[in-house]
Amino acid sequence: MIEIKDLHKSYKMGKNSLHVLKGINFNVEEGELVAIMGSSGSGKSTLLNILGMLDELDEGSYTLDGVAIKNLNETKAAQYRNKFLGFIFQSFNLINYKSAAENVALPLYYQKVARKERQEKALKYLTQVGLKEWAGHLPSELSGGQKQRVAIARAMAAEPKVLLADEPTGALDSKTSYEVMDLIQKINDQGNTILIVTHEPDIADMCKRIVHLKDGVIIEDKKIEQVRASKYV
Amino acid sequence: MFSRDNWREIFQTIQKNKLRTFLSGFTVALGILIFVVLFGFGNGLINTFQLFFEDDAQNIITFFPGQTTKPYKGYKSGRQIEFDRSDLADIEKNFPMFLEYVTPRIGRTYLTKFKNESNNYSTRGVAPSHQFAEKTIIMKGRYLDKLDILKKTKTAVIGRLVEKDLFGQEDAIGNYIDVGGSVFKVVGVYQDDGGDDEERRIYVPYTTLQLIEKNNDKVDQIIVAFKPELGYSGAMALEKSLSTFFKEKKYINPNDQNGIFIRNVAEGLKQTQQLARVLQLIVAFVAFGTIIAGIIGISNIMVFVVKERTKELGIRKALGATPKSVISTILLESIFITTISGVLGMLIGIAILGSLDKTLEDFFITNPYIDMPVAIFATVVLIIFGGVAGYIPAKRAARIKPIVALRDE
Repeated sequence: MIEIKDLHKSYKMGKNSLHVLKGINFNVEEGELVAIMGSSGSGKSTLLNILGMLDELDEGSYTLDGVAIKNLNETKAAQYRNKFLGFIFQSFNLINYKSAAENVALPLYYQKVARKERQEKALKYLTQVGLKEWAGHLPSELSGGQKQRVAIARAMAAEPKVLLADEPTGALDSKTSYEVMDLIQKINDQGNTILIVTHEPDIADMCKRIVHLKDGVIIEDKKIEQVRASKYV
Repeated sequence: MFSRDNWREIFQTIQKNKLRTFLSGFTVALGILIFVVLFGFGNGLINTFQLFFEDDAQNIITFFPGQTTKPYKGYKSGRQIEFDRSDLADIEKNFPMFLEYVTPRIGRTYLTKFKNESNNYSTRGVAPSHQFAEKTIIMKGRYLDKLDILKKTKTAVIGRLVEKDLFGQEDAIGNYIDVGGSVFKVVGVYQDDGGDDEERRIYVPYTTLQLIEKNNDKVDQIIVAFKPELGYSGAMALEKSLSTFFKEKKYINPNDQNGIFIRNVAEGLKQTQQLARVLQLIVAFVAFGTIIAGIIGISNIMVFVVKERTKELGIRKALGATPKSVISTILLESIFITTISGVLGMLIGIAILGSLDKTLEDFFITNPYIDMPVAIFATVVLIIFGGVAGYIPAKRAARIKPIVALRDE
């Protein structure tokens, strides 16, 4: 599903150049649930941003579902993001003046899906994350966990190839974190490919594979026995 | 780009961000409103200036006889020039293509009596066309006519206030009044916009007045009305050739400034109109300043709006919004708000002008108004620049990488 070869990325900070990713080789198969771990500054968020086409790579190649992601203009990148990727952010990033259902329907709006179908799909995915009754509520009326579940429903709504989650539990307490992870695991069980950036070991243990980044290189890449979050819920 | 979905999205954004919408709408509406009102006041000022001249006809050149100050062709200086009926006929004969009408005027003041009431009134001997020169409005009865002039009838047309003074509640028409010892029949009562003085006059046929005064042939002044299509330069040229004609006929030295005096309404009118136009220009300058201030205002608000929405736009981009859709959302929203509020401001401004109407006459502003095309033009200018003002920050916002926009503050 994802193929990364010899990926380099550096940021220019004035005269100095900061080499963040120093040759990453990394593949993800369909249906995997991968945790990308590392301390802050290890390059894990940069890697995720490149995977999410939110940032461009300097060297190397990136292939997503057989499509080479290279030299995309803004419009193309936007279309690919819309088609291939679903994002889950640490700070939820819901649009505060739109109701839960409208937030979930937004990626479909950009896919030019008809309004009626958008509403149906939004409701379907909200039901899947257990928030059907909250469809008409604004984000400000929801708890942190509920907001993240809305965000997950939104990421799913476009039916992307890969879900990218950047510290999805970073802003949540541990009980809510496990609830969210339980949901992510269930989504993964349905065959969806999910990448999670986290620095919390217990969250990483709930994935099927852990990739350790340090100073811009992968120091460890192992498959693990998944801990089911449902045990803690 | 203009699909129903798009509009729904824009309406929602507008509805859910009322303060923002209000601020930008208010700026635009206020800008247009002030523009319309100021511009209307400018027009009102011009109206006032024109009213000063509207009391009398504006295509009038009046000739007054004077005293020569230079000897010429054997005549001594200090000779009194006089006009008579032949001068009228000569003008009519020599300048027919330039003239609307010619009328003499003989001015006297007579003690006028009716029953026990009496008063001194300015009495004018005139021809029928004098009615147009003075813009005399007949309230009842009739004005003097050709027959009156030919038959030298003793008929009089009196001012509204003359009737009020002498007749009180009684109807003057058909009654006889004593004007300086002669009895005249009142055939008409008139009014005049020129004020009380102009309504305390009596008009009689000039031939009758000449008959009473020992059957002479003299007239005091000659009033010439030129065709309005001559325009200002035509009027000035006509004035010059008429002056030459008179000087030749009356043997006045061509360089003598005092033989004949001329008053040309066109000249004064032109000067006043120029002054009014300068005032209008100043007002228009201020008004366009307001529009520019409005444009700057809407630009500021648009920059602020886009800044405030940076995160939201980042989210939208992460979810698959193309730069084009980001720009069009912001642009359509801004154009929509400016259009609605611009038109609203324009209509309120026009309504204000309409309601002021006569209340500002003390400040020399009469019937303030604005031409619809001017008002619409200003509104469209503001809408276009509002769009441009929205486009620049929108374009910048569309270029921001979602990752930058999404970074937690």
